[in-house]
Amino acid sequence: MELTQEEQAALNGEKGDTLQTAYRILVATGEATNAEKLVPIDWAHLSGVNYNTIGDSGEEFLRKISHDAKVKVKTTVNPMGFDFDHISEFAHIDNDFIEKQKSIRDSYIRMGVEPTFSCTPYDIYELPNKGTQVSFAESNAAIFANSLGDLKTNKESAFSALASALTGKSPYSDLRKDQSSIPLTVRMKLENPNELDFGLLGFFAGKVSDTSVNISGVSQPDRRSCKALCGGMGTSGTCAKFQFIDEEQNSSEKIDFGKEEMNKIYDELNTTDKGDLITLGSPQLGLQELSDLSKMLKGRSFQKRCMIFCSRAVQNQARTLEHTNEIERAGGEILSDCCTCLTPLIDTNETDSVTTNSVKGAYYLKNSTGVDVNLKPLSRIIEEDTR
Amino acid sequence: MTKVIVQGKVKGTVLKTTNPINFLGAIDKKTGIIHDQKIDIFEKSIKDSILVFPHGIGSSVGAYTIYSLKSYESAPLAMICKKADLTVASGCALANIPMIVVSKQKFDSIENGEEVEINTESTTILN
Repeated sequence: MELTQEEQAALNGEKGDTLQTAYRILVATGEATNAEKLVPIDWAHLSGVNYNTIGDSGEEFLRKISHDAKVKVKTTVNPMGFDFDHISEFAHIDNDFIEKQKSIRDSYIRMGVEPTFSCTPYDIYELPNKGTQVSFAESNAAIFANSLGDLKTNKESAFSALASALTGKSPYSDLRKDQSSIPLTVRMKLENPNELDFGLLGFFAGKVSDTSVNISGVSQPDRRSCKALCGGMGTSGTCAKFQFIDEEQNSSEKIDFGKEEMNKIYDELNTTDKGDLITLGSPQLGLQELSDLSKMLKGRSFQKRCMIFCSRAVQNQARTLEHTNEIERAGGEILSDCCTCLTPLIDTNETDSVTTNSVKGAYYLKNSTGVDVNLKPLSRIIEEDTR
Repeated sequence: MTKVIVQGKVKGTVLKTTNPINFLGAIDKKTGIIHDQKIDIFEKSIKDSILVFPHGIGSSVGAYTIYSLKSYESAPLAMICKKADLTVASGCALANIPMIVVSKQKFDSIENGEEVEINTESTTILN
Protein backbone atom coordinates (compact mmCIF):
# COMPACT_ATOMS: atom_id res chain seq x y z
CA MET A 1 0.00 0.00 0.00
CA GLU A 2 1.31 3.47 -0.88
CA LEU A 3 1.36 6.06 1.85
CA THR A 4 1.81 9.81 1.51
CA GLN A 5 4.81 11.39 3.25
CA GLU A 6 2.57 12.58 6.04
CA GLU A 7 0.99 9.13 6.54
CA GLN A 8 4.42 7.47 6.53
CA ALA A 9 5.67 9.95 9.16
CA ALA A 10 2.69 9.14 11.39
CA LEU A 11 3.34 5.40 10.91
CA ASN A 12 6.95 5.97 11.95
CA GLY A 13 5.73 7.50 15.21
CA GLU A 14 6.57 11.12 14.43
CA LYS A 15 3.06 12.22 15.49
CA GLY A 16 2.84 10.28 18.72
CA ASP A 17 2.03 6.76 19.88
CA THR A 18 -1.72 6.92 19.33
CA LEU A 19 -1.55 7.93 15.68
CA GLN A 20 1.24 5.41 15.13
CA THR A 21 -1.05 2.67 16.46
CA ALA A 22 -3.90 3.94 14.29
CA TYR A 23 -1.75 3.86 11.16
CA ARG A 24 -0.40 0.43 12.06
CA ILE A 25 -3.99 -0.85 12.11
CA LEU A 26 -4.80 0.87 8.80
CA VAL A 27 -1.73 -0.64 7.16
CA ALA A 28 -2.55 -4.17 8.43
CA THR A 29 -6.16 -3.93 7.27
CA GLY A 30 -5.02 -2.31 4.02
CA GLU A 31 -2.61 -5.19 3.37
CA ALA A 32 -5.31 -7.68 4.31
CA THR A 33 -7.67 -6.28 1.69
CA ASN A 34 -5.09 -5.40 -1.02
CA ALA A 35 -5.68 -1.66 -0.76
CA GLU A 36 -3.39 0.55 -2.84
CA LYS A 37 -3.95 3.71 -0.77
CA LEU A 38 -5.91 5.39 2.02
CA VAL A 39 -8.94 7.58 1.23
CA PRO A 40 -10.69 10.23 3.34
CA ILE A 41 -13.91 9.26 5.12
CA ASP A 42 -16.71 11.53 6.39
CA TRP A 43 -18.17 9.51 9.26
CA ALA A 44 -16.98 6.73 11.56
CA HIS A 45 -19.20 4.52 13.69
CA LEU A 46 -17.44 2.63 16.47
CA SER A 47 -18.21 -0.66 18.18
CA GLY A 48 -16.53 -1.71 21.41
CA VAL A 49 -18.51 0.38 23.92
CA ASN A 50 -20.25 -2.24 26.08
CA TYR A 51 -18.01 -3.30 28.99
CA ASN A 52 -19.36 -6.83 28.57
CA THR A 53 -17.86 -7.03 25.08
CA ILE A 54 -14.47 -5.35 25.56
CA GLY A 55 -13.69 -6.24 29.18
CA ASP A 56 -10.97 -4.86 31.42
CA SER A 57 -8.27 -4.83 28.75
CA GLY A 58 -10.54 -2.82 26.42
CA GLU A 59 -11.48 -0.38 29.18
CA GLU A 60 -7.81 0.12 30.03
CA PHE A 61 -6.80 0.56 26.38
CA LEU A 62 -9.46 3.24 25.78
CA ARG A 63 -8.63 5.06 29.03
CA LYS A 64 -4.98 5.17 28.04
CA ILE A 65 -5.41 6.39 24.47
CA SER A 66 -8.22 8.86 25.27
CA HIS A 67 -5.77 11.20 26.97
CA ASP A 68 -4.27 12.24 23.67
CA ALA A 69 -6.57 10.70 21.00
CA LYS A 70 -9.08 12.99 19.27
CA VAL A 71 -11.46 11.95 16.51
CA LYS A 72 -10.90 13.82 13.23
CA VAL A 73 -14.35 13.21 11.66
CA LYS A 74 -17.93 12.87 12.87
CA THR A 75 -17.93 9.74 15.01
CA THR A 76 -20.93 7.92 16.48
CA VAL A 77 -20.72 4.99 18.92
CA ASN A 78 -22.47 1.68 19.65
CA PRO A 79 -24.63 0.90 22.71
CA MET A 80 -23.23 0.54 26.21
CA GLY A 81 -24.22 -2.30 28.56
CA PHE A 82 -27.15 -0.55 30.23
CA ASP A 83 -29.21 2.64 30.48
CA PHE A 84 -27.78 4.92 33.21
CA ASP A 85 -31.29 6.35 33.82
CA HIS A 86 -32.61 2.91 34.81
CA ILE A 87 -29.64 1.29 36.45
CA SER A 88 -31.22 1.35 39.93
CA GLU A 89 -33.92 -1.03 38.66
CA PHE A 90 -31.34 -3.71 37.94
CA ALA A 91 -29.93 -4.58 41.36
CA HIS A 92 -27.85 -7.50 40.10
CA ILE A 93 -25.46 -5.26 38.16
CA ASP A 94 -22.47 -4.74 40.40
CA ASN A 95 -20.63 -1.50 41.06
CA ASP A 96 -17.51 -2.68 39.28
CA PHE A 97 -19.49 -3.05 36.03
CA ILE A 98 -21.05 0.39 36.49
CA GLU A 99 -17.67 2.04 37.16
CA LYS A 100 -15.98 0.35 34.21
CA GLN A 101 -18.87 1.27 31.91
CA LYS A 102 -18.63 4.89 33.10
CA SER A 103 -14.92 4.90 32.37
CA ILE A 104 -15.48 3.58 28.82
CA ARG A 105 -18.23 6.15 28.19
CA ASP A 106 -16.00 8.97 29.49
CA SER A 107 -13.02 7.81 27.41
CA TYR A 108 -15.07 7.96 24.21
CA ILE A 109 -16.50 11.36 25.14
CA ARG A 110 -12.95 12.62 25.85
CA MET A 111 -12.01 11.55 22.33
CA GLY A 112 -14.78 13.78 20.99
CA VAL A 113 -17.40 11.28 19.77
CA GLU A 114 -21.14 12.01 19.52
CA PRO A 115 -22.56 10.16 22.55
CA THR A 116 -25.24 8.32 20.53
CA PHE A 117 -24.75 4.85 22.13
CA SER A 118 -26.79 3.28 19.37
CA CYS A 119 -26.42 0.45 16.84
CA THR A 120 -28.75 2.33 14.46
CA PRO A 121 -26.91 5.57 13.55
CA TYR A 122 -28.97 5.59 10.32
CA ASP A 123 -32.12 6.14 12.44
CA ILE A 124 -30.57 9.16 14.17
CA TYR A 125 -28.79 11.19 11.49
CA GLU A 126 -29.66 12.00 7.92
CA LEU A 127 -27.35 10.02 5.65
CA PRO A 128 -24.73 11.92 3.62
CA ASN A 129 -24.75 12.08 -0.18
CA LYS A 130 -24.69 8.89 -2.22
CA GLY A 131 -21.24 7.43 -2.68
CA THR A 132 -19.78 9.07 0.46
CA GLN A 133 -17.01 7.02 2.11
CA VAL A 134 -17.77 6.17 5.75
CA SER A 135 -16.31 3.65 8.20
CA PHE A 136 -18.92 1.68 10.13
CA ALA A 137 -17.92 -1.06 12.54
CA GLU A 138 -21.38 -2.13 13.71
CA SER A 139 -22.19 -4.82 11.16
CA ASN A 140 -25.91 -4.13 10.74
CA ALA A 141 -25.13 -0.42 10.26
CA ALA A 142 -22.41 -1.13 7.67
CA ILE A 143 -24.79 -3.37 5.70
CA PHE A 144 -27.58 -0.78 5.98
CA ALA A 145 -25.24 2.02 4.85
CA ASN A 146 -24.01 0.11 1.77
CA SER A 147 -27.26 -1.53 0.77
CA LEU A 148 -30.00 0.97 1.60
CA GLY A 149 -28.08 4.23 2.02
CA ASP A 150 -25.79 4.08 -1.04
CA LEU A 151 -22.79 4.87 1.16
CA LYS A 152 -19.43 3.10 0.94
CA THR A 153 -17.87 1.16 3.78
CA ASN A 154 -16.26 -2.20 4.34
CA LYS A 155 -17.44 -4.32 7.23
CA GLU A 156 -15.07 -2.55 9.58
CA SER A 157 -13.78 -3.92 12.84
CA ALA A 158 -13.88 -2.04 16.15
CA PHE A 159 -10.19 -1.15 15.71
CA SER A 160 -10.24 -0.34 12.00
CA ALA A 161 -13.17 2.07 12.52
CA LEU A 162 -11.40 3.61 15.54
CA ALA A 163 -8.25 4.05 13.46
CA SER A 164 -10.38 5.70 10.75
CA ALA A 165 -12.02 8.01 13.30
CA LEU A 166 -8.61 9.13 14.61
CA THR A 167 -7.04 9.65 11.17
CA GLY A 168 -10.07 10.46 9.00
CA LYS A 169 -8.94 7.74 6.56
CA SER A 170 -9.64 4.17 5.49
CA PRO A 171 -7.90 1.71 3.15
CA TYR A 172 -9.36 1.93 -0.36
CA SER A 173 -10.40 -1.66 -0.99
CA ASP A 174 -13.25 -4.11 -1.54
CA LEU A 175 -16.67 -2.43 -1.20
CA ARG A 176 -15.16 1.06 -1.13
CA LYS A 177 -14.17 0.71 -4.77
CA ASP A 178 -16.69 0.75 -7.55
CA GLN A 179 -18.59 -2.46 -7.45
CA SER A 180 -17.92 -5.21 -9.92
CA SER A 181 -20.84 -7.56 -10.47
CA ILE A 182 -22.07 -9.53 -7.46
CA PRO A 183 -21.35 -13.26 -7.99
CA LEU A 184 -24.21 -14.81 -5.99
CA THR A 185 -27.99 -14.44 -5.81
CA VAL A 186 -30.09 -15.79 -2.94
CA ARG A 187 -33.62 -16.48 -4.17
CA MET A 188 -36.19 -15.75 -1.45
CA LYS A 189 -38.84 -18.47 -1.75
CA LEU A 190 -40.93 -17.75 1.37
CA GLU A 191 -44.40 -16.30 0.83
CA ASN A 192 -45.47 -13.22 2.82
CA PRO A 193 -42.34 -13.09 4.94
CA ASN A 194 -42.43 -11.35 8.32
CA GLU A 195 -39.45 -9.62 9.99
CA LEU A 196 -38.23 -12.89 11.53
CA ASP A 197 -38.16 -14.52 8.09
CA PHE A 198 -36.08 -11.57 6.86
CA GLY A 199 -33.69 -11.99 9.79
CA LEU A 200 -33.30 -15.69 8.94
CA LEU A 201 -32.86 -14.82 5.24
CA GLY A 202 -30.10 -12.39 6.24
CA PHE A 203 -28.38 -15.00 8.42
CA PHE A 204 -28.53 -17.52 5.54
CA ALA A 205 -27.35 -15.04 2.90
CA GLY A 206 -24.49 -13.89 5.16
CA LYS A 207 -23.37 -17.47 5.59
CA VAL A 208 -23.29 -18.45 1.91
CA SER A 209 -21.90 -15.23 0.43
CA ASP A 210 -18.54 -13.47 0.45
CA THR A 211 -18.60 -9.65 0.73
CA SER A 212 -21.80 -8.93 -1.23
CA VAL A 213 -24.93 -10.74 -2.35
CA ASN A 214 -27.99 -10.26 -4.57
CA ILE A 215 -31.40 -11.06 -3.15
CA SER A 216 -34.30 -11.80 -5.48
CA GLY A 217 -37.97 -12.59 -4.86
CA VAL A 218 -38.45 -9.76 -2.38
CA SER A 219 -40.74 -6.80 -2.90
CA GLN A 220 -40.22 -3.64 -0.88
CA PRO A 221 -39.91 -4.88 2.70
CA ASP A 222 -40.70 -2.36 5.44
CA ARG A 223 -37.94 -0.81 7.54
CA ARG A 224 -38.33 -3.30 10.38
CA SER A 225 -37.77 -6.19 7.96
CA CYS A 226 -34.84 -4.41 6.29
CA LYS A 227 -33.18 -3.86 9.68
CA ALA A 228 -33.78 -7.51 10.63
CA LEU A 229 -32.17 -8.56 7.33
CA CYS A 230 -29.12 -6.37 8.03
CA GLY A 231 -28.85 -7.66 11.61
CA GLY A 232 -29.05 -11.34 10.62
CA MET A 233 -26.61 -10.92 7.74
CA GLY A 234 -24.01 -9.17 9.90
CA THR A 235 -24.03 -11.99 12.46
CA SER A 236 -23.27 -15.00 10.32
CA GLY A 237 -20.53 -13.99 7.91
CA THR A 238 -18.38 -11.39 6.23
CA CYS A 239 -20.99 -10.02 3.84
CA ALA A 240 -21.49 -6.24 4.08
CA LYS A 241 -23.77 -5.47 1.16
CA PHE A 242 -26.93 -6.77 -0.47
CA GLN A 243 -28.88 -5.63 -3.46
CA PHE A 244 -32.51 -6.48 -4.21
CA ILE A 245 -32.74 -7.59 -7.83
CA ASP A 246 -35.15 -8.90 -10.37
CA GLU A 247 -33.99 -12.46 -10.97
CA GLU A 248 -34.46 -12.59 -14.73
CA GLN A 249 -31.95 -9.80 -15.26
CA ASN A 250 -29.14 -11.64 -13.58
CA SER A 251 -26.61 -14.25 -14.56
CA SER A 252 -24.95 -14.91 -11.19
CA GLU A 253 -24.90 -18.25 -9.34
CA LYS A 254 -28.24 -18.90 -7.56
CA ILE A 255 -29.08 -20.45 -4.19
CA ASP A 256 -32.66 -20.89 -2.91
CA PHE A 257 -33.81 -19.85 0.54
CA GLY A 258 -36.99 -21.83 1.12
CA LYS A 259 -38.79 -23.56 3.99
CA GLU A 260 -36.10 -26.20 4.43
CA GLU A 261 -33.21 -23.71 4.60
CA MET A 262 -35.23 -21.49 6.93
CA ASN A 263 -36.11 -24.33 9.31
CA LYS A 264 -32.50 -25.41 9.55
CA ILE A 265 -31.35 -21.99 10.78
CA TYR A 266 -34.44 -21.55 12.94
CA ASP A 267 -33.72 -24.84 14.71
CA GLU A 268 -30.12 -23.77 15.32
CA LEU A 269 -31.20 -20.54 17.01
CA ASN A 270 -34.54 -21.42 18.64
CA THR A 271 -33.82 -23.60 21.65
CA THR A 272 -37.05 -23.39 23.68
CA ASP A 273 -40.75 -22.70 23.13
CA LYS A 274 -41.18 -20.23 25.99
CA GLY A 275 -39.19 -17.25 27.26
CA ASP A 276 -39.02 -15.90 30.85
CA LEU A 277 -38.92 -12.39 29.44
CA ILE A 278 -39.08 -10.60 26.09
CA THR A 279 -36.52 -8.34 24.40
CA LEU A 280 -37.27 -6.20 21.36
CA GLY A 281 -34.19 -4.76 19.69
CA SER A 282 -30.96 -5.72 17.94
CA PRO A 283 -31.05 -3.57 16.00
CA GLN A 284 -32.60 -0.92 18.28
CA LEU A 285 -36.13 0.12 17.26
CA GLY A 286 -36.72 3.23 15.16
CA LEU A 287 -39.49 5.80 15.50
CA GLN A 288 -41.84 4.04 13.07
CA GLU A 289 -41.32 0.71 14.85
CA LEU A 290 -42.23 2.30 18.21
CA SER A 291 -45.28 3.89 16.64
CA ASP A 292 -46.33 0.50 15.16
CA LEU A 293 -45.73 -1.22 18.49
CA SER A 294 -47.85 1.30 20.35
CA LYS A 295 -50.73 0.61 17.92
CA MET A 296 -50.35 -3.17 18.25
CA LEU A 297 -50.46 -2.87 22.05
CA LYS A 298 -53.69 -0.85 22.17
CA GLY A 299 -55.75 -2.17 25.07
CA ARG A 300 -53.36 -5.07 25.74
CA SER A 301 -50.74 -5.71 28.42
CA PHE A 302 -47.54 -7.73 28.49
CA GLN A 303 -47.89 -10.90 30.55
CA LYS A 304 -44.18 -10.94 31.26
CA ARG A 305 -41.33 -8.48 31.46
CA CYS A 306 -40.57 -6.85 28.09
CA MET A 307 -37.47 -4.75 27.45
CA ILE A 308 -37.69 -2.48 24.41
CA PHE A 309 -34.42 -1.02 23.13
CA CYS A 310 -34.16 2.19 21.09
CA SER A 311 -31.62 5.00 20.81
CA ARG A 312 -31.88 8.01 23.14
CA ALA A 313 -32.64 10.26 20.15
CA VAL A 314 -35.50 8.01 19.00
CA GLN A 315 -36.87 7.69 22.53
CA ASN A 316 -36.98 11.49 22.88
CA GLN A 317 -38.83 11.84 19.57
CA ALA A 318 -41.24 9.04 20.51
CA ARG A 319 -41.98 10.76 23.85
CA THR A 320 -42.77 14.04 22.11
CA LEU A 321 -45.10 12.20 19.71
CA GLU A 322 -46.59 10.20 22.63
CA HIS A 323 -45.87 6.77 21.11
CA THR A 324 -44.40 5.76 24.45
CA ASN A 325 -47.63 6.18 26.46
CA GLU A 326 -49.37 3.03 25.21
CA ILE A 327 -46.16 0.99 25.35
CA GLU A 328 -45.44 1.91 28.96
CA ARG A 329 -49.08 1.48 29.97
CA ALA A 330 -48.85 -2.05 28.56
CA GLY A 331 -45.88 -2.67 30.84
CA GLY A 332 -43.09 -2.32 28.25
CA GLU A 333 -39.78 -0.96 29.59
CA ILE A 334 -38.21 1.47 27.13
CA LEU A 335 -34.42 1.47 27.48
CA SER A 336 -31.82 3.55 25.64
CA ASP A 337 -28.04 3.60 25.20
CA CYS A 338 -28.01 -0.24 25.32
CA CYS A 339 -29.42 -3.19 23.37
CA THR A 340 -30.09 -6.94 23.47
CA CYS A 341 -26.62 -8.12 22.51
CA LEU A 342 -24.51 -8.87 25.57
CA THR A 343 -26.48 -6.60 27.86
CA PRO A 344 -25.91 -7.40 31.55
CA LEU A 345 -29.54 -6.35 32.17
CA ILE A 346 -30.50 -9.99 31.64
CA ASP A 347 -29.64 -11.68 34.92
CA THR A 348 -28.69 -15.25 34.13
CA ASN A 349 -29.27 -16.23 37.78
CA GLU A 350 -32.92 -15.39 37.34
CA THR A 351 -33.48 -15.83 33.61
CA ASP A 352 -33.18 -19.14 31.79
CA SER A 353 -34.78 -18.14 28.50
CA VAL A 354 -35.63 -15.07 26.44
CA THR A 355 -38.26 -14.49 23.76
CA THR A 356 -37.19 -12.24 20.86
CA ASN A 357 -37.94 -11.60 17.20
CA SER A 358 -34.28 -10.78 16.46
CA VAL A 359 -32.06 -13.36 14.80
CA LYS A 360 -28.96 -11.39 15.74
CA GLY A 361 -30.23 -11.08 19.31
CA ALA A 362 -30.91 -14.84 19.40
CA TYR A 363 -27.34 -15.69 18.34
CA TYR A 364 -25.72 -13.57 21.06
CA LEU A 365 -28.30 -14.40 23.76
CA LYS A 366 -27.50 -18.05 23.23
CA ASN A 367 -23.74 -17.94 22.62
CA SER A 368 -22.66 -15.00 24.79
CA THR A 369 -25.30 -14.38 27.46
CA GLY A 370 -25.87 -18.12 27.73
CA VAL A 371 -29.68 -18.36 27.89
CA ASP A 372 -32.16 -20.38 25.84
CA VAL A 373 -33.98 -18.51 23.09
CA ASN A 374 -37.59 -18.55 21.95
CA LEU A 375 -37.57 -16.95 18.52
CA LYS A 376 -40.86 -15.71 17.09
CA PRO A 377 -42.17 -12.75 15.09
CA LEU A 378 -43.52 -9.64 16.82
CA SER A 379 -47.09 -10.47 15.74
CA ARG A 380 -46.90 -13.77 17.64
CA ILE A 381 -45.28 -12.12 20.66
CA ILE A 382 -48.24 -9.73 20.82
CA GLU A 383 -50.71 -12.59 20.28
CA GLU A 384 -49.22 -15.02 22.80
CA ASP A 385 -47.50 -12.86 25.40
CA THR A 386 -49.91 -9.95 25.80
CA ARG A 387 -53.54 -9.96 26.85
CA MET B 1 0.80 -17.24 -2.24
CA THR B 2 1.53 -16.56 1.43
CA LYS B 3 0.94 -13.03 2.59
CA VAL B 4 2.09 -11.34 5.79
CA ILE B 5 -0.53 -9.26 7.62
CA VAL B 6 1.24 -8.92 10.98
CA GLN B 7 4.95 -9.68 11.32
CA GLY B 8 6.66 -12.01 13.77
CA LYS B 9 8.58 -15.22 14.35
CA VAL B 10 7.09 -18.14 16.33
CA LYS B 11 7.09 -21.93 16.56
CA GLY B 12 4.16 -23.98 17.81
CA THR B 13 1.50 -26.65 17.45
CA VAL B 14 -1.35 -26.23 14.99
CA LEU B 15 -4.93 -26.06 16.26
CA LYS B 16 -7.03 -26.17 13.11
CA THR B 17 -10.71 -25.74 12.38
CA THR B 18 -12.43 -25.56 9.03
CA ASN B 19 -15.20 -23.41 10.56
CA PRO B 20 -15.02 -19.59 10.41
CA ILE B 21 -14.87 -17.98 13.88
CA ASN B 22 -16.97 -15.20 15.41
CA PHE B 23 -14.50 -14.16 18.12
CA LEU B 24 -17.09 -12.25 20.14
CA GLY B 25 -19.67 -15.03 20.27
CA ALA B 26 -17.51 -18.12 20.12
CA ILE B 27 -14.48 -17.64 22.37
CA ASP B 28 -14.07 -16.82 26.07
CA LYS B 29 -12.01 -13.62 26.09
CA LYS B 30 -10.14 -14.53 29.29
CA THR B 31 -9.41 -18.24 28.88
CA GLY B 32 -9.37 -18.67 25.11
CA ILE B 33 -11.75 -21.64 25.30
CA ILE B 34 -14.11 -22.11 22.35
CA HIS B 35 -17.72 -22.24 23.54
CA ASP B 36 -19.63 -22.32 20.26
CA GLN B 37 -20.73 -25.92 19.77
CA LYS B 38 -20.87 -25.53 16.01
CA ILE B 39 -17.10 -25.13 15.79
CA ASP B 40 -15.34 -28.47 15.44
CA ILE B 41 -12.69 -27.56 18.06
CA PHE B 42 -15.44 -26.86 20.64
CA GLU B 43 -14.15 -26.77 24.27
CA LYS B 44 -10.51 -26.60 23.15
CA SER B 45 -8.35 -23.63 24.18
CA ILE B 46 -6.68 -21.55 21.49
CA LYS B 47 -4.04 -20.37 24.02
CA ASP B 48 -0.44 -20.70 22.77
CA SER B 49 -1.52 -22.53 19.62
CA ILE B 50 -0.90 -21.71 15.99
CA LEU B 51 -4.59 -21.11 15.26
CA VAL B 52 -5.51 -22.14 11.73
CA PHE B 53 -9.02 -21.19 10.56
CA PRO B 54 -10.58 -19.96 7.29
CA HIS B 55 -11.44 -16.39 8.44
CA GLY B 56 -13.28 -14.37 11.06
CA ILE B 57 -17.03 -13.72 10.84
CA GLY B 58 -19.71 -11.71 12.65
CA SER B 59 -19.18 -9.01 15.23
CA SER B 60 -16.69 -6.22 14.68
CA VAL B 61 -15.99 -6.24 18.44
CA GLY B 62 -14.19 -9.55 17.94
CA ALA B 63 -11.07 -7.39 17.47
CA TYR B 64 -11.28 -6.46 21.18
CA THR B 65 -11.64 -10.16 22.04
CA ILE B 66 -8.32 -10.81 20.32
CA TYR B 67 -6.71 -7.91 22.18
CA SER B 68 -8.20 -9.19 25.45
CA LEU B 69 -6.91 -12.73 24.86
CA LYS B 70 -3.43 -11.27 24.52
CA SER B 71 -3.79 -9.26 27.76
CA TYR B 72 -4.83 -12.41 29.64
CA GLU B 73 -1.98 -14.39 28.04
CA SER B 74 -4.54 -16.70 26.44
CA ALA B 75 -3.93 -15.68 22.83
CA PRO B 76 -2.68 -17.97 20.08
CA LEU B 77 1.03 -17.61 19.22
CA ALA B 78 0.02 -16.83 15.64
CA MET B 79 -2.93 -17.07 13.28
CA ILE B 80 -3.07 -18.55 9.80
CA CYS B 81 -6.13 -17.80 7.66
CA LYS B 82 -7.31 -18.56 4.14
CA LYS B 83 -8.83 -15.11 3.80
CA ALA B 84 -8.00 -11.95 5.73
CA ASP B 85 -10.88 -10.11 7.34
CA LEU B 86 -10.69 -6.73 9.02
CA THR B 87 -11.64 -7.93 12.49
CA VAL B 88 -8.89 -10.53 12.76
CA ALA B 89 -6.30 -8.39 10.92
CA SER B 90 -6.86 -5.33 13.13
CA GLY B 91 -7.10 -7.38 16.34
CA CYS B 92 -3.80 -9.10 15.57
CA ALA B 93 -2.19 -5.78 14.55
CA LEU B 94 -3.04 -4.14 17.86
CA ALA B 95 -2.23 -7.23 19.95
CA ASN B 96 0.98 -7.92 18.01
CA ILE B 97 0.02 -11.48 17.12
CA PRO B 98 1.75 -12.63 13.92
CA MET B 99 -0.82 -13.31 11.22
CA ILE B 100 -0.46 -14.68 7.71
CA VAL B 101 -2.82 -15.56 4.87
CA VAL B 102 -2.13 -18.69 2.84
CA SER B 103 -3.53 -20.18 -0.36
CA LYS B 104 -6.38 -22.70 -0.28
CA GLN B 105 -3.98 -25.55 -1.17
CA LYS B 106 -1.58 -24.59 1.61
CA PHE B 107 -4.47 -24.18 4.05
CA ASP B 108 -5.82 -27.63 3.20
CA SER B 109 -2.41 -29.21 3.64
CA ILE B 110 -1.88 -27.95 7.21
CA GLU B 111 -2.77 -30.66 9.73
CA ASN B 112 -4.09 -30.42 13.25
CA GLY B 113 -1.35 -31.14 15.82
CA GLU B 114 1.45 -30.46 13.34
CA GLU B 115 4.51 -28.45 14.50
CA VAL B 116 5.06 -25.38 12.34
CA GLU B 117 7.33 -22.36 12.31
CA ILE B 118 6.31 -18.92 11.10
CA ASN B 119 8.99 -16.40 10.27
CA THR B 120 7.71 -13.41 8.34
CA GLU B 121 11.28 -12.25 7.63
CA SER B 122 12.29 -15.47 5.89
CA THR B 123 11.51 -16.22 2.25
CA THR B 124 9.42 -19.29 2.96
CA ILE B 125 7.42 -17.63 5.83
CA LEU B 126 5.75 -20.91 6.87
CA ASN B 127 7.66 -24.14 7.54
